[in-house]
This record gives sequence, C-alpha cells and structure tokens, in this order.
Amino acid sequence: MSEKILVIGELQQGVLRKVSYETIAAAKQLNANAEILALVLGDGDLQQPAEEMIHYGADRVVTVSHANLSNYTSEGYGQVIMEVMQDEKPSGMIMGHTSVGKDVTPKIASRLELGLISDAVAIEKEDDQVLFTRPIYSGKAFEKKVMKGEGLLFATIRPNNISALEPDASRTGDITAKEVDVKDLRTIVKEVIRKKTEGVDLSEAKIVIAGGRGVKSAEGFNALYELADLLGGAVGASRGACDADYCDYSLQIGQTGKVVTPDLYIAVGISGAIQHMAGMSNSKVIVAINSDEEANIFKMADYGIVGDLFEVLPLFIEELKLQGALVS
Amino acid sequence: MNIYVLLKKTFDTEEAISVSGGRIDESGAEFIINPYDEYAVEEAIQQRDQHGGTVTVVTIGDEDSEKQLRTALAMGADEAVLINTSEDLDEGDQFTTAKILEAFFEGKEVDLILAGNVAIDEASGQVGPRLAERLNMPFITTIVKLDIEDEMAKIEKDVEGDLEKIEVSMPVLVTCQQGLNEPRYTSLPGIMKAKKKPLEQLELDDLDLDEDEVEAKTATISIFLPPKKQAGRILVGETGEQVKELVSLLSSEAKVI
Ligand SMILES: Cc1cc2nc3c(=O)[nH]c(=O)nc-3n(C[C@H](O)[C@H](O)[C@H](O)COP(=O)(O)OP(=O)(O)OC[C@H]3O[C@@H](n4cnc5c(N)ncnc54)[C@H](O)[C@@H]3O)c2cc1C
Ligand SMILES: Cc1cc2nc3c(=O)[nH]c(=O)nc-3n(C[C@H](O)[C@H](O)[C@H](O)COP(=O)(O)OP(=O)(O)OC[C@H]3O[C@@H](n4cnc5c(N)ncnc54)[C@H](O)[C@@H]3O)c2cc1C
Repeated sequence: MSEKILVIGELQQGVLRKVSYETIAAAKQLNANAEILALVLGDGDLQQPAEEMIHYGADRVVTVSHANLSNYTSEGYGQVIMEVMQDEKPSGMIMGHTSVGKDVTPKIASRLELGLISDAVAIEKEDDQVLFTRPIYSGKAFEKKVMKGEGLLFATIRPNNISALEPDASRTGDITAKEVDVKDLRTIVKEVIRKKTEGVDLSEAKIVIAGGRGVKSAEGFNALYELADLLGGAVGASRGACDADYCDYSLQIGQTGKVVTPDLYIAVGISGAIQHMAGMSNSKVIVAINSDEEANIFKMADYGIVGDLFEVLPLFIEELKLQGALVS
Repeated sequence: MNIYVLLKKTFDTEEAISVSGGRIDESGAEFIINPYDEYAVEEAIQQRDQHGGTVTVVTIGDEDSEKQLRTALAMGADEAVLINTSEDLDEGDQFTTAKILEAFFEGKEVDLILAGNVAIDEASGQVGPRLAERLNMPFITTIVKLDIEDEMAKIEKDVEGDLEKIEVSMPVLVTCQQGLNEPRYTSLPGIMKAKKKPLEQLELDDLDLDEDEVEAKTATISIFLPPKKQAGRILVGETGEQVKELVSLLSSEAKVI
C-alpha cells in the first residue's frame, strides 16, 4: 500500500453527492492496490459522510470543517485540498466533474503546474499506462488521454459513468479531523438561491424524463412529473422549454445545463439540437416521443414513437399503472 | 478599465465530425468564435460602454484565427492580439494555453478578464481558472450577471441551476455562461471599422517563452467516433399498441424499468 490516491467527498447541503462514491471506484481503477484516502470538507459534523466514504471503499478519511467552507469558494476549497495534498503526497487524485470539481481542479493543477484530464467517462490500464476516455466536440467524438511523465494522475469524472462499488456497512477505517485555517478569501458568497425541485437529483437520476418546447406549457409538464414519479426518475428539460418558461432553468439539460447519463432517457417534444445532445448522448437507452418523424432526436433514439405527446403520455402513464409495481 | 477577452476559435457547432489519421479532420470545416466567448465579447463591450476603457481580444491560434478576431472587433472590441504558435508548436494542452496567456499578461495592467466557461470542442473548462491562478487573481466561473461598482464585482453565478450571488474584489477573471447577455450581430459599418482596428501578432519569442516551458502535461493518444448506434426502433401500429410495446421493450429487452 505504498501508493495513495486522494478522492474528494463532495457535500451538497450536508449530503454526499453520489459521484463522490464513484471517485472511489475510479481511484481503484487507477491502481487497485493503492490506499484510497478521501477528503471530506465542509462546515459542521462530517463524521457521517466520512463513514459513508469508508463504506463505499475508502481506506481512510481526512475531514476538514471550517465556517469558511460552508459555501464553496475556489479559494477556500483550494487551500484545504492543496494542504492535504502536501501532507499526503498522493500519486493520483479524482474528483467529480461537477460545478465544484470543474472550478477547483484547474486552480490546483495550475498552482502545482500539473496536467489535468477533465470529464473522464472511462478509465482503463494498458501496459501500466492509465488511459482516460473523455467526450469531445459535444459528444460527437471521444479521445483517450494520458498523463505525460511521472506527474500526479489527476482527473475529474463525469457523474453516473463509472459505477460506485457496493457499499459495505461493516467496513471501518481511520477518520481524522484536520485543522486548516481557511483565510484571506477574496470571494464572498452573499446568497444562494436554490432552485432544485424535490425528489431525485437530476444529474444523478437513473431515469430522466425530459420535456421540450413541444410540451407547450407548464401544465403540460405535469404529465412528465407523473411519469417520473411512477418510474422513480427525475424531470429535465431542453433549453427551448426553459426559455418558454414551461419550467425552471435548473432543469435544463445540455451543454449549458446539466450533463446526465441515466440508464433511461425519455425525450418528449424535444428536437435534438446538438447542444441538447451534448448533455445526454451518453445515456444508456434513449426513447424519443416526437410528432415529427424527421426530428434529429430519432437519430439518437433506441426506441421511438412518432406521435402526439398529448396522446402518448396519458397512455404511457396508464400502461405503467396497469403493470402495477414496476417502480424501480 | 482594461478589459481583456480570451477567445478560441472552434468548429462550427453543426459541423459533422470525422477522424482521419488519428485527428479530427478539419479540412473544409467552418470555424466560429466559441459560443461562450461570444458572451464574453458582448459583456466586455457592455462593461466598457458603461465604465469606459478598452476591450482587447486575445487568442492563441494560427493565421486563420484573424477571422474570428475581426468578427470580435466588428462587434465592438477595440484591439485584438493573435498569438500565433503554428510555427513553434505542434502539440499543446490546457497547461500550454494557460502558460502562454500568463506570459502575455505579465506586466499588463488588467481590471477584468472574460473567458468562455467552456470551449465546445475540447471542453475542459480549464483555461480560465488556470490563467487566473497564474495571475494570482480570483476567478468566478459560469456567470450570468456582472455588475461592477468601485473596486468590487457583484456577480450572479449559475451553479447547476442554482444561483449564487457573489462579491469579489477586482481585478477578477470571470467565465461566461449562457444567459449572461445576447451577443450582438455585426453590422456592415462595424465590419468596415474592424478592418482598421489594431491587430497585433505575436509569437512565442515575443513572449520570451521557449517550447520546453510550455510543453503539454497530457497527451491525446487516440480519437475515435462513438460506435455507430444501431438504427433505433420506430414503433408502429395504433398509439395504444406502440405504448404497450414500448413499456414491454423497456422492461424485458432494455431492462431499464
Ligand atoms: C451556446 C448555446 C448553448 C445551448 N445550450 C443548450 C443546452 O444546454 N440545452 C438545450 O436543450 N439547448 C441548448 N441550446 C439551444 C438549442 O440549440 C435548441 O434551440 C434547443 O435545444 C431546442 O429546444 P427544443 O428541442 O425543446 O425545441 P424545438 O427545437 O422547437 O423542438 C420542439 C420539438 O417538439 C416537437 N413537437 C411539437 N409538438 C409536439 C407534439 N404535440 N407531440 C410531440 N412532439 C411535438 C417538434 O416536432 C420539435 O421536434 C443552446 C444553444 C446555444 C447557441
Ligand atoms: C500550441 C498549442 C498546440 C495545440 N495542439 C493541439 C493538438 O495538437 N490537438 C488538440 O486537440 N489540441 C491542441 N491544442 C489545444 C489545447 O489542447 C486546448 O484545446 C486548449 O488548451 C484549450 O482547452 P479547451 O479546449 O479545453 O478550452 P476550455 O478550457 O474549455 O476553454 C475555456 C475558455 O478558455 C479560453 N481559451 C481556450 N483556448 C483558448 C485559446 N487558444 N486562446 C485564447 N483563449 C482560449 C476561451 O475563453 C474559452 O472559452 C493546442 C493548443 C496550443 C496552445
């Protein structure tokens, strides 16, 4: 266990994001024999998320709690992560490609003059080299990248692509609270306006029902919510639907919005613009419901229904109810 | 205010992608200003019009990048700088790009740098934060609103759909997200004026850099297209039948519900 890989447990309103567990699985793919060290940072009692990281496969956890970490700032998080890196000298580091991960990792890479591979969807080993696969050109192509030289294996991973390990509640490991004086922040977060809706987190959902301009109104989205409830999924949207005020921008999927990789993506009244595809093209199974048989979304779809969504959705809901306990 | 915009030229969004010789085939492709950098150019112009100063657009690229710089000048930027690396470097990554930009900014008086939050081709989103860190400047990514008062920037930042209201001291680097503004179209008089605006060309030598210092930290070893998706199955029959079939396919064939 000479080598060490550092992963970051990312908290969102006190709860670990699922991608945190995936970073542990990714770390094991870098080096199956390395010690996996997790850093959990925030403000308050971090014992529970620390234990969860261990259940999901981390060997040891360092927690850092500080009032200046209650809201994310690149400076606050940057100071803590770099201090832990200095203490622990890991040979690899993995974080989720989330709003926070995208923001803080290039700062660290730049300060320490490191390479960084962002938004990896797969990791493999070939002759002792670690290859990271990442989408480019809005998902129209992929590239495999490697670190040159001996530097830190440093990457962010796209949520929902590398499966987390099965949790084991009997696993134990050392949890140490570390003091870091988080200071000299030039950035102040004054207010956070949360727009997230209740229920399953869109970027982590296994099933996503997304509506577009074709849904035609906010009321039209009710059928999507009902479907999502039945399937245990989350509702998303295209830019078109958000711009038309049928739903909040926090539901937007695509290049500008959330990037999702669910097992099942149902696109309802969405044409399939490239900027939308950039956010969902990696989904495992894609269903399109659209009245225009020429719509681009059908090129991506595994299953398509050419038809009026206002006719299809009620039947879909009825059929699911009929099938009874299908809820996953 | 001295306002700088970082601009990358990218493949036109609608271009089909093909790979030849292990690289993305660029022959005949249309290039555009990276869409998120258009928001940056627009915001820079609006901030200048409000607070005074100059807008300088900077790109690292080749001779052809002049086209995108002229477009930014036609939108209303004042000056442009093309750092042409085509003679000196074959390979580069985000480290390379940030390092070159760092050298460019050395010794310059800067109040505000605007970048795109992501380039739609390689899409790492690293360049803005990397540069800010080298310049020891705070940075805020994915902004959707910017108000500058005295030496403070009041910013609204998109955080996966949530909104953060942030205050940060100037100088600052920000990266732009859709929703910040509506980029203007260029006008004929704008295009005419742009032809006469200053466009400075630099090479690595002019920045006192040698190739070793900017050597990439990562390498791309292959590029490939996603496996061709089998033609999807368009269901047929009465709508009711189609829906029944879909539910059955999703549960027994695809096993996702
Ligand atoms: C820089 C930039 C970034 C962008 N980022 C994003 C992004 O992150 N996400 C995003 O989604 N877009 C993004 N866009 C916008 C994108 O280009 C498209 O404009 C948008 O995705 C279109 O939304 P839509 O498919 O809902 O609307 P439309 O293209 O109008 O499609 C509506 C569809 O509904 C179908 N329809 C209509 N009525 C019915 C009915 N009764 N039954 C069934 N089907 C019906 C129509 O056939 C049509 O295909 C971006 C654009 C730019 C320039
Ligand atoms: C000398 C050199 C050689 C290169 N060779 C190759 C190659 O062989 N193959 C290859 O695939 N790529 C090559 N690149 C490109 C490089 O890999 C990245 O594309 C580049 O570092 C930008 O990263 P990104 O696309 O992830 O941009 P992001 O980090 O996503 O871009 C964010 C923002 O940074 C700014 N920005 C990004 N790039 C530039 C730029 N060039 N000039 C000004 N501002 C910019 C823009 O505001 C942009 O919106 C080379 C780059 C250089 C400098």
